Amino acid sequence: MTSSKWFRKGMKNGIPIAAGYFAVSFALGIAAKNVGMDAIQAGYMSVSMVASAGEFAAIGLIGSAAGILESILTSIVVNMRYFLMSVSLTQKLPEDVRPVHRFLLPFFVTDEIFGLSATVEGKLHPAYTYGIALPSISGWAAGTVLGVVVGNILPAWAGNALGVAMYGMFLAIIIPPAKVDHFIGLLVAASMGLSFLCSVLPYISKIGSGFRIILLTLILSALAAWIKPREVE
Amino acid sequence: MRIYLMITVIALTIYAIRLAPFLFIRKPIKNRFIRSFLFYVPYVTLAVMTFPAILTATGNIVSGLAALLVGLFVAWVWGDLFAVALSCCGAVFLTEWILKLLK
Repeated sequence: MTSSKWFRKGMKNGIPIAAGYFAVSFALGIAAKNVGMDAIQAGYMSVSMVASAGEFAAIGLIGSAAGILESILTSIVVNMRYFLMSVSLTQKLPEDVRPVHRFLLPFFVTDEIFGLSATVEGKLHPAYTYGIALPSISGWAAGTVLGVVVGNILPAWAGNALGVAMYGMFLAIIIPPAKVDHFIGLLVAASMGLSFLCSVLPYISKIGSGFRIILLTLILSALAAWIKPREVE
Repeated sequence: MRIYLMITVIALTIYAIRLAPFLFIRKPIKNRFIRSFLFYVPYVTLAVMTFPAILTATGNIVSGLAALLVGLFVAWVWGDLFAVALSCCGAVFLTEWILKLLK
């Protein structure tokens, strides 16, 4: 498949991401406004970070006028899962990939864009990721800016309906492989079950969600690799 | 000015986290355990992020649950990304509309 075909395929798959991002970043914009940020600052934040939990944390840090060191450390913990995702993506790249992609691709490693890029058949063509990123990040930035400017205009039902688009996408990424490969199905079910347990158990539920995600990912992926090693191409 | 400085510092931190593996891992990893581990990462991460978060995403656990069930069903039988996302949104819209009528 040619670069432009991959790019177009990515754009098509990026549309539901854009819808989900719009809703989430709209809420983000409202939160940003509440700590005194203006539309330009919020837009700059969304375009430069492209991170959901990371940006909510950033708004908290800005709102409490945190120090630089605290900001850096908090951001490392909240965004650590991206490190793991990037490691995973390096293995999807063709070996002869041009060096520029090693600097450009990581910028677009978000949960959703990574999810699509990592589960594509065979090697990853960087154009696919850029195609996904274009509508996604446009929606992300537009939502943030509009959230600041027209904060309370969007009716609740519209926000609620848009808010689950992202989770629908997650399901569309993990369920079809789970249907074919029963071990993946089992793993997905176990992940959801443990994630639920961790959110209700005393003490454990106090762990921040960013940290919980990375802990469960490390433990369960390692366990799965130990139980059922794979012949990956 | 301070806000711009903080945004820039945090943005650079996040970029560095994402960039590091791309800079340091240039060869295919041969170790079978690590390869298998990395293969499983996206499934676990996305599953953990979806549940139970989807239940509270709408602020109404009933419509959240509807989105989950409809999403699972459409993803299972059809699998198309756009269709799944859209049917989840539709499920929330319909559920909340019905709940409003029942009130």
